Amino acid sequence: MIEDHNLWIVIIGLGIGSYLLRFTFLGIVGNRPMPEWFLRHLRYTAVAIIPALVTPIIAFSGDNGWPEPARLTASIVTVLVCWITKNVLIAIAAGLATLYTLLYLLG
Amino acid sequence: MPITTTKSAYLSGIRDGSPFLLVIAPFSMLFGILATEAGLSVFETLAFSVVVIAGAAQFTALQLMQDDVPTLIVLASSLAVNLRMAMYSASLTPFIGSAPLWQRAIAAYFLVDQSFACSYARYEAEPQMTIQARMAYFAGVVTPVCPLWYLFTFVGAAIGAQIPESFALDFALPITFLALVTPMLRTPAHIVAAGVSIVVSLFAAALPYSLGLLVAGIAGMMAGAQTERWLVIDKVSGT
Repeated sequence: MIEDHNLWIVIIGLGIGSYLLRFTFLGIVGNRPMPEWFLRHLRYTAVAIIPALVTPIIAFSGDNGWPEPARLTASIVTVLVCWITKNVLIAIAAGLATLYTLLYLLG
Repeated sequence: MPITTTKSAYLSGIRDGSPFLLVIAPFSMLFGILATEAGLSVFETLAFSVVVIAGAAQFTALQLMQDDVPTLIVLASSLAVNLRMAMYSASLTPFIGSAPLWQRAIAAYFLVDQSFACSYARYEAEPQMTIQARMAYFAGVVTPVCPLWYLFTFVGAAIGAQIPESFALDFALPITFLALVTPMLRTPAHIVAAGVSIVVSLFAAALPYSLGLLVAGIAGMMAGAQTERWLVIDKVSGT
């Protein structure tokens, strides 16, 4: 469960931080050119952080540090459906449907 | 149809932003439901969406707080997910950098995936747009998108407060992340970044203070950037 105290630090800290990320270039840096290597790294931040966040949750979802079958299958279905349909919401729905069906069947 | 007046630019923005409702409404509702399931009150959930106004970063923070990750790591990781906003900001600066500071300060708050994507495409397509028309267009795109983000967070939170905690929604967040990240795998460099991040995160999972997340994220980022460089060099040298 999330503690109140830390929650507000995160909300406010994330709010200020996100605003600064959005404002810095537009408001302060202006038209001055930025180093190419810096922009190149920025392009890969989200695609690098999100898998790092989600992989251990899936990989260690079962007993003894192994993936739990229903959750692993649901994850694979989500990615495949998203890849094929290019539709985020259909992919989430397919993943959740797979998860709850398997959890029910596997008891 | 070229944009001639400020008013027509604003209306054109609303038109281009409206289709996003189909994504924004369910997505913010999902955040509302999952946040209240994680123990946040309706007010805290709504405040989260209003103050931060960034879907992927909000989901990231929510997941990490539930995992009892140290607050500093929660902030660093969520902000890392949001670093693309800096890229949006940098990309729009050549087009709207000459607007008054107060307008840029407000636009910065409303700089989200949708407002960036529409505006950047339109500014590039119509270089003759005046600065007033550009700001009006931006405001137009934001008009249907952002208020709906707040509203449906609230709707989701109100629904989530009614769902009993025993209803196992713990894995809905990881599924959301997978659906968010899959469309980002547009180029070989993006796929390499994600692949390296996955492998490193498994080995780095044992690091204290959840530092494995940042280590794997940085490794993936560098791998993506390096792959892009190689691909560009290949293209230039024709090999």
